[in-house]
Amino acid sequence: MIWLTWRQLRTQAGATYALLAVLAVILATTGSQLLHLYETAGADFLTRLTEADNSLYLVGALAVMALPALIGMFWGAPLITRELDAGTHRLVWNQGVTRTRWLITKLGLTGLAAMAAAGALSLAVSWWAGPIDATADGSSVLAGFYFPRLSPLMFDARGVAPIGHAAFAFTLGVTLGVLIRRTLPAMIVTLVAFITVQVAVPLWVRPALIAPARLTTPISAANFRLWDGENVKVLIDKPGAWTIGQHTIDAAGRSVAAPSWIPDCLGQVRAELDTGCLDRLGRLGYRQLVSYQPAGRFWTFQWYELGIFLALAVLLALFCAWWIRRHVS
Amino acid sequence: MSLILKARALGKKYRRRWALSNCTLDVPAGRVVGLVGPNGAGKSTLLNLASGMLTPTSGDIEVCGGRPAGGTAQLAKVGFVAQDTPTYAGLTIGEHLRLGDRLNPGWDAALAERRIRRLGLDPRQRAGRLSGGQRAQLALTLGIAKRPELLILDEPVAALDPLARREFMRDLTDAVAEHGLSVVLSSHLVSDLERVCDHLIVLVDSRVQAAGDVDALLATHHRFTGTRRDPAGLPADHHVVSVHHSGRDTTLLVRADAPVDDPAWTVSRPDLEDVVLAYLGRPATDGHSPRSALEALR
Repeated sequence: MIWLTWRQLRTQAGATYALLAVLAVILATTGSQLLHLYETAGADFLTRLTEADNSLYLVGALAVMALPALIGMFWGAPLITRELDAGTHRLVWNQGVTRTRWLITKLGLTGLAAMAAAGALSLAVSWWAGPIDATADGSSVLAGFYFPRLSPLMFDARGVAPIGHAAFAFTLGVTLGVLIRRTLPAMIVTLVAFITVQVAVPLWVRPALIAPARLTTPISAANFRLWDGENVKVLIDKPGAWTIGQHTIDAAGRSVAAPSWIPDCLGQVRAELDTGCLDRLGRLGYRQLVSYQPAGRFWTFQWYELGIFLALAVLLALFCAWWIRRHVS
Repeated sequence: MSLILKARALGKKYRRRWALSNCTLDVPAGRVVGLVGPNGAGKSTLLNLASGMLTPTSGDIEVCGGRPAGGTAQLAKVGFVAQDTPTYAGLTIGEHLRLGDRLNPGWDAALAERRIRRLGLDPRQRAGRLSGGQRAQLALTLGIAKRPELLILDEPVAALDPLARREFMRDLTDAVAEHGLSVVLSSHLVSDLERVCDHLIVLVDSRVQAAGDVDALLATHHRFTGTRRDPAGLPADHHVVSVHHSGRDTTLLVRADAPVDDPAWTVSRPDLEDVVLAYLGRPATDGHSPRSALEALR
């Protein structure tokens, strides 16, 4: 069964691992230069990055985020659906191996290969981007398009969470394939479902995993970030933190809407920020209550997310086993 | 008589439709059993239940003394060549044999290789590039080389041209003679089965209409021809299977141990196809006629 699983996987796995190897070589050769620059450049490290470094920073992050989706589509969805399409399940289920063992071997080995690919890629990209991440994490102001590791835009492209994403996307593809029973529609639905989950988790699930820290800060020209049309948004002096929510409170600590005169002085587009307007807010006792996740929780969130997605993958695998025993012939 | 397959009130329902209902059947061991019936009679459902591909909705089925697909020991006892003889298009013939070797404890590698050589197939050729007949032979090889007690074949020749059909059947007969395994194979054409089978089961609308060794079936069925009349006057042990009026004549197909010696009837021996067609043409118990299904086939 191991041989058959390997024989059926080797084309996709070979292509995936070959691409990863190419990327790994590029990261390895440029990564040491990046590290050297980081150690010598000091404060203006980010400004001295080359165009190529910036591209690779983006490509690396996108690759780590895209790999689980691709694994779900191209390894997961066809894994069993292809057998059902061709009728070969009726050949293989009548050899001397039970359906359950067949499924466990296929899911287990292919799933491990998927997790290893995602883990290796995330490890390589996280190592390569280490200097940039350290700089972005150490800065309390927004550093151009370099994001702290805990920000939703970068979290899925770092650490161990992508291993869980790959396991989940793979079993999601298998499950949808078995339910839909047609390869192409199953691939598309897998992609849509996986993206939906990846958008929903940072919006609603991840912020609630650990109760956020809170702080109140006066509103000033120094920390003012933007006026979104209804609320003032400020930056907090917590390097690398992920700001989850903020609202304005008055001198008594009650949550309030911004005063009616604020849109007049902040709402217009002008070259210079009207600092008097912000000073007046501060004098009247308005402050900003900010809830955030500190940068130090990055690894805690990573392990949580790995655990959650692995658990989801196991549940989906169990569902597949039950469904195949009950409904497929 | 030891049984290789025993079904009791067996039924399988898909959503609202019963594909097989209340089927009771005994299949003796050591025979080549033909399962014949029109499309939709439940042949394929029955064979899939016997191989464990399907689980019954109602009733029981026992194959080689165990529950179909009930474990590795049971899987080793039963070989199944599914309809359309599926194989892995991307795998070579050699890789299929390796698959059989890896997945079956009792795999007979020498037998499999000998068969492939005798069929003149190149082990390096991909199964996707084989003709329908060659693919069926490959699927049969996988079924035989696992050395099962019972080999089940679901319409193995339905998609083959007449020549490939004949070759496949001859090859199957040789394999059966060589290895002494029991075989159940289905077809909607009697002509496919009569050369190879020594036992026949006629299935119409889930019901076993007739079952028995071919010799016995032929010995107990008689064709009565005479001037047009009602067949009610025949003795009680004469079961009229079919009645056919044409012009002034009446032709009956009658099941009886010994035909009555009545000068009003001319008695002759029907061939196997006549017997089977008489059963297939009988009005079905639930009203709709299987005759139309049969005529569509012929």
